[in-house]
Amino acid sequence: MVEILQKAAAHNGLVTAFALVGLIVLLSGEISRRLTFGRVHGSAIAIVIGLGLAYWGGTQTGGHKGLADMSLFGGIGLMGGAMLRDFAIVATAFEVQVTEARKAGLIGVVALLLGTVLPFIVGAGIAWSFGYSDAVSMTTIGAGAVTYIVGPVTGAAIGASPDVMALSIATGLVKAIIVMVGTPIAARFLALKTPRSAMVFGGLAGTVSGVSAGLAATDRKLVPYGALVATFHTGLGCLMGPSVLFLATKALVG
Amino acid sequence: MIIYGTALLAVCHLLGIFLGDLLGQALGVKTNVGGVGIAMLLLIFARLYMAKKDLLPKLTELGVEYWGAMYIPVVVAMAAQQDMVSALRGGPVAVLSAIAAVGTCACVIAAINRMEITVEKPVPEPILHDNPLLADLE
Repeated sequence: MVEILQKAAAHNGLVTAFALVGLIVLLSGEISRRLTFGRVHGSAIAIVIGLGLAYWGGTQTGGHKGLADMSLFGGIGLMGGAMLRDFAIVATAFEVQVTEARKAGLIGVVALLLGTVLPFIVGAGIAWSFGYSDAVSMTTIGAGAVTYIVGPVTGAAIGASPDVMALSIATGLVKAIIVMVGTPIAARFLALKTPRSAMVFGGLAGTVSGVSAGLAATDRKLVPYGALVATFHTGLGCLMGPSVLFLATKALVG
Repeated sequence: MIIYGTALLAVCHLLGIFLGDLLGQALGVKTNVGGVGIAMLLLIFARLYMAKKDLLPKLTELGVEYWGAMYIPVVVAMAAQQDMVSALRGGPVAVLSAIAAVGTCACVIAAINRMEITVEKPVPEPILHDNPLLADLE
């Protein structure tokens, strides 16, 4: 019986994923209403449950894709993979109010530049203080503090060692997770209320996964504005990391 | 037909990714530059154009809106496949630089967004009408 059920679930991965995620969302909605009296957004709880399951999956299988590495939940990999994620993000653009987006155009670009340079400086500085004092390691770890894609792309371009690359990816992952979980908590401090503020947030907080999940858990209406800016983040980082930022670091530490 | 909406979304998505890849190649970067953002802009323009030409019935819109509404569930699935184990195993350098980077950016976001409120403060007071008939309407 159980075997047949398992086989059915494993053979229909995406459908299983729909059912599982539906269950998680339902559960977190109940937790939000009953335990926090609506103070913590249901989607924030759902994302935390997702991260918890990812940790559990990672310890069970030793893989790198969380729950998606378990054959029974392989469909999660498709449902939450880059393809469907980007498809759903693009779909949210249907709700964008053009006048609002245009108002924030310039500040969005400024936020994007700051969001690349500031985390880089902070990350490279902390790497330096921990003894990674050569320009290549500092740049790679600093780039990881931009996003977890910029880190390895930059590191590969300038020839970083594998352990520094792993550190750089870990930095980006921790950043994405902090943004996902922290945004709804810090929403008031960040003054996240208007489309313009969401675009500033999208530019500065970086990481599409962090921004999209953080905004989803704060206010669903703000998602397209933040995502619109954040999607340029990785590209800009990959552009600046191995070039301007690496040369500047090299000029500073030799 | 609902598929028209989903197909429109798919075409915008593919075209955006394609243009982003081209842009990345032109800039000499090994990655896609803003493909999803370009796709979003394409979809916004497509909507404006089609709405003006009256080519956007409710059912077509639903084909896009369904996927917009599936956004949060997709994000939950994305969270469930993060590499939490290696993120936590990264040690103090990874955790500290991530926290410091997020903290710095959070302060800058708060500063910029608070400036917006002071800029918007002189919102004109609602004009009060002398005419009692108009006042009743408000």
